[in-house]
Amino acid sequence: MLKVIDSAVPIACWSCSIGHNDSTLFCPHCSKIQPPPGGDFFSVFGLEPRLNLDLAALEDEFHRLSRKVHPDRFARAGENERQWSLADTALLNDAYRTLKDPLHRTEYLLKLEGAEIGEEHSGKDRKDPSRVPADLLEEVFELNMQLEEMRMARKVGEEDPALEASLTEAKKKFDGLLAAVDEDLRVQWQVWDAGDETTRQATQSTMVALLDRRRYLSNLVRDVNEVLGA
Amino acid sequence: MAESNLTGRVVGIDLGTTNSLVAYMQGDAPVVIPGVDGSNLVPSVVALDPAAPGGGRPTITVGNTARKALIETPERVIYSVKRLMGRGLEEIQDELKLFPFRLADDVEAGEVPRIRLGELKFTPPEISAYILRQLKRNAERFFGAPVTQAVITVPAYFNDAQRQATKDAGRMAGLEVLRLVNEPTAAALAYGLDRAKVGTIAVYDLGGGTFDISILKLRDGIFEVQSTNGDTHLGGDDIDNLLLTIALDEIFAENGVDLRQHPGAVQALRKAAIEAKIALSTERVAHFDIELPNGDRYQREISRAGFELLIERVLDRTAGPCKQALADAGITPEEVDEVVLVGGSTRIPAVRQLVDELFHLSARGKKPHTELNPDEVVALGAAVQADILAGASKSTEELLLLDVTPLSLGIEALGGTVARIIQRNSTIPASATEHFTTGVDGQTNVAIHVVQGERELASDCRSLARFDLRGIPPMSAGLPRIEVKFLIDADGILHVSAREQRSGQEAQIEVKATYGLTDEQVESMILESFDHAEEDFAKRLLIEARNEAETILAAVERAPQSRAWKQLTGEEQTAIFAARDTLSAVKLGEDSAAIRAATLALDQATRRFAELMMDAAVSTAMRGKTMDAAGEEMGDAVTAPHAMAPAEFK
Repeated sequence: MLKVIDSAVPIACWSCSIGHNDSTLFCPHCSKIQPPPGGDFFSVFGLEPRLNLDLAALEDEFHRLSRKVHPDRFARAGENERQWSLADTALLNDAYRTLKDPLHRTEYLLKLEGAEIGEEHSGKDRKDPSRVPADLLEEVFELNMQLEEMRMARKVGEEDPALEASLTEAKKKFDGLLAAVDEDLRVQWQVWDAGDETTRQATQSTMVALLDRRRYLSNLVRDVNEVLGA
Repeated sequence: MAESNLTGRVVGIDLGTTNSLVAYMQGDAPVVIPGVDGSNLVPSVVALDPAAPGGGRPTITVGNTARKALIETPERVIYSVKRLMGRGLEEIQDELKLFPFRLADDVEAGEVPRIRLGELKFTPPEISAYILRQLKRNAERFFGAPVTQAVITVPAYFNDAQRQATKDAGRMAGLEVLRLVNEPTAAALAYGLDRAKVGTIAVYDLGGGTFDISILKLRDGIFEVQSTNGDTHLGGDDIDNLLLTIALDEIFAENGVDLRQHPGAVQALRKAAIEAKIALSTERVAHFDIELPNGDRYQREISRAGFELLIERVLDRTAGPCKQALADAGITPEEVDEVVLVGGSTRIPAVRQLVDELFHLSARGKKPHTELNPDEVVALGAAVQADILAGASKSTEELLLLDVTPLSLGIEALGGTVARIIQRNSTIPASATEHFTTGVDGQTNVAIHVVQGERELASDCRSLARFDLRGIPPMSAGLPRIEVKFLIDADGILHVSAREQRSGQEAQIEVKATYGLTDEQVESMILESFDHAEEDFAKRLLIEARNEAETILAAVERAPQSRAWKQLTGEEQTAIFAARDTLSAVKLGEDSAAIRAATLALDQATRRFAELMMDAAVSTAMRGKTMDAAGEEMGDAVTAPHAMAPAEFK
């Protein structure tokens, strides 16, 4: 999701033909809604690329802009206005969805900076043992055994309270590890937001590694939840 | 855009499985518009009249009148058609087992199924269009002015094809569908209108055929949907079918009568089952008492406890979606401030009990909201949204709905897995851009398969569309870079566009929907092309009158070829020809009342002829054939204007 913006943004207003700054949603001259402005998701909200965001302010701005550009406001307008309202709102929603979530925001910013991120949706490599974080090899092996045992027990309708307790315990531990990763990420955010180009480069690779670890852990927790919740 | 479109009223329509309603904003409050019979609910039942009493010509009827025909001529009536909207032949097999949908046998795989209604065949959107047109007319009668724009509600969990089919139905009915609104969201809007609320609400919507759960956050007039889930084939219909199946089995076992062979009797039993279900919401015991075709009576008692045991499994199917919606919204049941109940099935005490448990309501000293009539609340909300879109009213100018897409959008990747490109519960409009390339040198086409659903394999998801990116300039494999943009609009409907970036060429795409009608097909199914905005009432009346005249004249033209014609006296034949000539002359004029009068006169003159035709049809039926078969047997020889003339659609 690198770029959702058509690069051929006209600088002249489609309606009044007067030139304007292309980062505006409405023509300063005739007030008509304009095609999606260029720039990244942060710029949609008038923000610099930053990892620490004031989420309450972000939501306020999202609501304020939604009221202005949403297709509901242009239901009876002309074809052009309806088209740009749809495109602008899609961009606004895509931007808000990405930025409000700390992980998506981090991934997005890292991609903007040119980092290679493991794809969330390629799911199939998550069982690949080479992706298991080295320090967790033993525990993950143990956990997978227990998960398999539990699934078998469930299949034949057996209760195994000891196994369930042990899985609940493991879940607690992995939840804790997840929280620790999140904490580490937050530390890196501070570093990145405050840092210069060199520090940023270093933080970026740390963050990519942390995101990988996090994705692995959250898949594990999901598997445990699935088995426990069944 | 015509001036009238900017100022005309926008109505809100709830196109339900069981009942449909139309509402509008009267000042600050939404109000349901009643039909001619004074009823707010128009049953979603469509019938092809064989012959109205008094010799009127056969027409399509909708609502209560159509429902009455269900027992007498079940083969000419259709209900619960919403279950078939936007679905392919192979998807509706289960429905066919439970509902008396008579599928046309010339439908091929990949085509939109057509349903037989008497001697005619209709696609589900066409049937829905008749219901919509009835609502449109009710509104026009009420306002004394044309209505051409509407908001129509759909189950939140409707997929792309089901939404598109609903929009198509609107277009066929002569309505510009300004927005499709999700039913639970509409209900929230109806509830949230009169109070400036802040908080999280859950809308539990169990209707006739569909179940939805939506979690919304309300703040300063913004209704932001956090998550939605549901089942588009779960509702009161399923409960009716459980009761019906038991009764049918018992009657077969005890009385030796296989009622399944008697569609009319099944419908009578179904009606009794529905009445029993409704009674059990207030009574401890309900009674069945039905006369069977052989004169026996089937009598049975059903207790509420027995009923609750019976429907437990149906109701339990709503629990999973509720839990998933809470999880997707990232909240616990305790964080839900209010629960709103929508849909007739939420009157069942066991449903309320389940909702109470799911959201820990009584434990927190709370009760679900039921102040607004659960049958009407969706239509009222649709009227509020219609008012928002019209943008003309102070009472709604601060309101804004931010809804979500219920299902993830993905594309089929290598090995048949799904690459998700837009996650479920993303606020719409939403978009995603994907890049594709070629795998072989000089390749000029790339095929893309778009699916909707949450499963890992494309074959387990709902196929939305397949398309080819064509006209890619021949290059080495992997070199072309084709950018495809997927956009889900505010109605929840997908749009796709593509361009090849290296050559700057716009790639051609032709998206072939897996299920659904083409634009041309929809165009050809538009019920009345004159039913549009610019036409004023007088003109429409004139066209209607002329069409009626054409219909009867065409039938009279064919009459002399039939056997019944020869039974008429010479005077009767002369009278018919005289009335015909008068009508042919008057029809050319502009006076719709005169055309109507002449049509009526010809109608009167041909009454005996129609009766003779009817006798022929009835005697065929008496010999053990149904009316339907009799009609088919008579085939083209049937020329009576009354009994068999084409109905009033053009």
